[in-house]
Amino acid sequence: MPSDYVPILIYLLVATFIAAFALVLPHYLGPRRPNPAKSDTIESGKLSYGDARRRVPVQYYIVAMVFILFDIEVLFFYPWAVLFWDLKWYGLVQIAIFAFLLVESYIYIWKKGAFKWK
Amino acid sequence: MTQLIWLTIAFPIAGVLFNGLLGRRLGHRVVSVVGPLMVLASFVVGVGAFADLLARHGEAVNVPLWTWAAIGSFEVNLSLLVDPLSVLMVLVVTGVGFLIHVYATEYMVHKDESGHAHPDRDFARFFTFLNLFIASMLVLVLGNNYLMMYVGWELVGVCSYLLIGFWYDRPSEEQAPIDLGEGAEPVKLPPLLSPAASGMKAFIVNRVGDVGFALGVFLIWTTFGTLQFADVFSQVPHMAEAMPAVLSWIALLLFIGAMGKSAQIPLYVWLPDAMAGPTPVSALIHAATMVTAGVYMIVRSNVIYSHAPGVSMFVAVIGAVTALFAATIALVQVDLKRVLAYSTVSQLGYMFMAVGVGAYTAGMFHLTTHAFFKALLFLGAGSVMHALHDVIDIRRMGGLKNKMPVTWLTFWIGGLALAGFPLMSGFFSKDEILAKAFEASPVLWGIGVLTAGLTAFYTFRAIFIAFHGQPRDRHLYDHAHESGPAIRFALVVLAALALVGGVLGLPAFLGLPHALDSWLAPIYATGEHAAAAGEHGLSLGLELGLMATSATVAVLGIVVAYFFYVVNPAIPRRMARSLRPVFVLLANKYYVDELYNAVFVQPGLKLARGMAQGVDALLIDSVLVDGLARLVGQIGRQVSRLQTGYLRHYALATFIGVLILVGYFFLR
Amino acid sequence: MPIEIPTLNVIALAPQIVVVVTALVVMALDISLTDKRVVGYVSLLGLAAAAVVTFALLGGPAQAIQQMAVSDGYALVLNLVFIVTAALAILVALGYLDERELQHGEYYALLLFSTAGMMLMAAATDLIVVFMGLEIMSVALYILAAFNHRQVGSGEAGMKYFILGAFASAFFLYGVALLYGATGSTNLHAIGEWFSPDRGNLGDPLALVGLGLLLIGFAFKVAAVPFQWWTPDVYHGAPTSVTAFMSVGAKAAGFAALVRILMVSFDQAFTLDWQLVLAVLAVLTMTVGNIAALAQKDVKRMLAYSSVAHAGYILVGVVPATMTGVKGVLFYLMAYAFMNIGAFAVIAVLEHRDAIGTALSDYAGLSTRKPFLALAMAVFMFSLTGIPPFVGFWGKLYVFRAAVEANMSWLAVVGVINSAISAFYYLSVVVQMYMRTPTDETAAAPALRLSGPVVVTLALALVATVVLGLWPTPLVNLTALGIFG
Repeated sequence: MPSDYVPILIYLLVATFIAAFALVLPHYLGPRRPNPAKSDTIESGKLSYGDARRRVPVQYYIVAMVFILFDIEVLFFYPWAVLFWDLKWYGLVQIAIFAFLLVESYIYIWKKGAFKWK
Repeated sequence: MTQLIWLTIAFPIAGVLFNGLLGRRLGHRVVSVVGPLMVLASFVVGVGAFADLLARHGEAVNVPLWTWAAIGSFEVNLSLLVDPLSVLMVLVVTGVGFLIHVYATEYMVHKDESGHAHPDRDFARFFTFLNLFIASMLVLVLGNNYLMMYVGWELVGVCSYLLIGFWYDRPSEEQAPIDLGEGAEPVKLPPLLSPAASGMKAFIVNRVGDVGFALGVFLIWTTFGTLQFADVFSQVPHMAEAMPAVLSWIALLLFIGAMGKSAQIPLYVWLPDAMAGPTPVSALIHAATMVTAGVYMIVRSNVIYSHAPGVSMFVAVIGAVTALFAATIALVQVDLKRVLAYSTVSQLGYMFMAVGVGAYTAGMFHLTTHAFFKALLFLGAGSVMHALHDVIDIRRMGGLKNKMPVTWLTFWIGGLALAGFPLMSGFFSKDEILAKAFEASPVLWGIGVLTAGLTAFYTFRAIFIAFHGQPRDRHLYDHAHESGPAIRFALVVLAALALVGGVLGLPAFLGLPHALDSWLAPIYATGEHAAAAGEHGLSLGLELGLMATSATVAVLGIVVAYFFYVVNPAIPRRMARSLRPVFVLLANKYYVDELYNAVFVQPGLKLARGMAQGVDALLIDSVLVDGLARLVGQIGRQVSRLQTGYLRHYALATFIGVLILVGYFFLR
Repeated sequence: MPIEIPTLNVIALAPQIVVVVTALVVMALDISLTDKRVVGYVSLLGLAAAAVVTFALLGGPAQAIQQMAVSDGYALVLNLVFIVTAALAILVALGYLDERELQHGEYYALLLFSTAGMMLMAAATDLIVVFMGLEIMSVALYILAAFNHRQVGSGEAGMKYFILGAFASAFFLYGVALLYGATGSTNLHAIGEWFSPDRGNLGDPLALVGLGLLLIGFAFKVAAVPFQWWTPDVYHGAPTSVTAFMSVGAKAAGFAALVRILMVSFDQAFTLDWQLVLAVLAVLTMTVGNIAALAQKDVKRMLAYSSVAHAGYILVGVVPATMTGVKGVLFYLMAYAFMNIGAFAVIAVLEHRDAIGTALSDYAGLSTRKPFLALAMAVFMFSLTGIPPFVGFWGKLYVFRAAVEANMSWLAVVGVINSAISAFYYLSVVVQMYMRTPTDETAAAPALRLSGPVVVTLALALVATVVLGLWPTPLVNLTALGIFG
């Protein structure tokens, strides 16, 4: 029944209220003494320059994407490695297929020139 | 071969595809081979089915083609019925059809004055249509249900339309007035319609009949819940007791269809004008096969008609009146093909008289012999036309027997058969009809005999004028020549059939075997037919007397024609002068066309024009159609205006959809 | 503790595997060959092999991967639909890409992966697997839509499709989560079991909302109103060979999974609810699609809206929740594959490199310029309208009849009225082709070239549209095999 969800609704309202409270209160209570260093984009001591919306060479994205993909795929090797003796041939065959796909994809993107800079 | 009966339809369809798609490119020689060959192949299959049927003693077989569509509880099955009646029709259609196809390969090649041959520019189209007609006619006769019959019925109508108007760019023609000699004003003749107009007339008049036929089929469906012949006929006896009126209505509506297709009063008017088509078409469609579809339909539905005696009598009367009426018009026609056309109407009248009095076999018998001799006569007329560069007015012929002996001789044989000269095919079939008519009513018989006399007279009038005597047009005569081998082949074979076709139905009362009677016996309602056959209504003496009478009348007609047109050609002219009003009436075909024009066509056109301008243009077109279309178009433009192209709008709209849908599920 | 080794029975998924392996082979060939058309032909061979395997499996249903997928008649018939779709689309692409110098091997690999995803959706009996298939299919389609990188419109199409598609996938996944939360399973049979009357779980609100979210996900994929917004822009912007593929394939895949989920998991639960919702969607989809199509001046865009309308017709077959309806849907999808891809193939021929040549006026007088092309287009238009004796007529008859048999005649009536409305815009193409003389611009346009593969596509689609229209029995018999195992 929808009424079962009333506690959740109450929880949502409370959460919203606290968040708003925490944001709004300092705005009125806290002192504000701005100076140029404080108003800067990054208050880390390094001087900012140029526009934030800069074009980045597309290779960055490609390398980043390939990295994330392979990074995550490698994750699958861990559980297999842990259970290697229990899974026996079944696991070996499975991981071999998986590895084959990874290697083929790797060769493919390599040949396609994804790693070439320029 | 029975299971392969579908091939009889498939072959001509293959011909249609071949001639229609490739014929023009491959030239007329290839078409001349393929066109007739396909029909011959059909004929061979038909003969095979015939042999099988003979071995089975006439037991009918259903040949399922395919389940066209089975969707849920909705099913359409197509199957062909192979029984004595359909096989007889298949043999007639493909047999005569093949001969006419062969004939047309020569006829459709025109010779100019210097003797050079030019194939018709639409040679391939002609054979495409002719093949299509054969296929359609076979669908009509082979279907095992009224739906397929109806489909075939409409298809042959379309083919007829296409072929009558085959030379669609030829104009209408004036006919020279008939000269009645010194001092008398010549009798003017109405002009002949152009082929295109004739085709349209045929189509429209047939439409009137088809409405009746379609209503009949609907009524069968609502009454019996099926259109399969076997299922309908098995329920008829029960239905005849439960609701005889409905049965009569079905019979009447179907007969209205037959009136159109088989050119009976009052819907016969299209057939004479159909002569504007090429002669092979007149022979095949408008003499031998299509126009007999009405007779076939009644014989097929004999169970219904024998349970509707009132309608049957009506059929017989219409047939008899049509026979006499058309014969009188034929007396004065000067166009050779039109003489034959009116004679066809008249002979179809005989057939309806036969089936109307319950003599279904006699009707089919006459249908068969008529197919032989009338096709022969038309082809003969075509041969003459071919020789005279399309002149068809008999007043410009004369003495042709010396120039074209084969045509002359075969025409004579055809004429004798049509006239019912003793021992010719037409004699037996006509005599059988007359005897059965006498059994039903001496009045019908009287009309039949009178018509027989007229038939003999007008047939030989045409023969004597065209082939005998002195040439009337020297130029034409000098250029006339006998036709080539293809035409002669068709003429000779048909002449042989016209000569001996009578053996199919030798008079049973003389103890001779009536082949057709025993052949067709399985298609009749069991029991009743046996009773009818067993009971000999007429004594042997009376039968012989009737036979002698019709023979005498036929001979008499021929003799009178001989006196009028060979011995003393002045007599007919004198008679026409003294009976001028009658003559004018006949020459103008009783003014029936004018009557129809005044009563139906003109008011119809006026109504149509009024509807077109007032109701259609104003109300339907601008308000309903255009208005509606504009309205919907407006909405459409508004809807596609919502399609802004901005992703955020789409996302928002999608999200609103989500809220509505989830909202429904949540709040339900 | 020993580990229980799951039974895979991968044979049951052999068609999918064949397609995936073909895609891998295609990738390998792509980096070793210079003539990429060979890659296309290899893809066709792989699809043929998949078809053979599919027929070989028709013997009986087999479970795969721990009841997460099944090779029953339903999945196998749909496999054939996808294989036909993909094969025809590849044939179109062979000529289309050549002309635009877009002949790259990735195209075929992506198309095959997408096809494998569709086939997985049809075979899936687990919501997770459905989602996997959905994503395999969609991600490949997003890229394909943006394949013509030289054209802004194509990139825009890909981007819009991607963002809105991800949006819809999120709803779908949320629905899966809610259903799992309610029933404790993502397996379709288990969910159906959970709803069985003796368990007393009928009317569970969490499951109901989950169902609603699933419906939204599918409504998006099949382009049903009000989730059709992406359709015109994406179909119009994407390369025509891709539009042909996804207008049929993605729609068929969406219906494949939707119908199985409804018939297996929700055949007893909330039937009236989803029937009502889908009936309303069907009416809206048909009507909005047709009316919007009326106002289009561009044939490609018009067909995009018409594709929306056809989703509505197919929904009419889903609503009755009967086996007649299911078979009608299968029949319709197969018929739609032939006639719609055929129509897009004609558009592909007329379209110039710079994406003009798709306007209605560009079709003026086509019958005199290219009689065969005009004839083919006319037949496809008639068939899409639902005029006998073409296969589209039987498709409509089948789904409408299912509605009538389920006492929902009103739905069939709305469908028929909509078919009548659709005649306006389909026939206006025919009118242009046969009754208008070519405009000066059209006459001046470069001559139309019919490449071999396109002629084969057109011929296949034309023959299927006409022959199956005259004699639908083989297809009726095939769809009769489409039962759940």
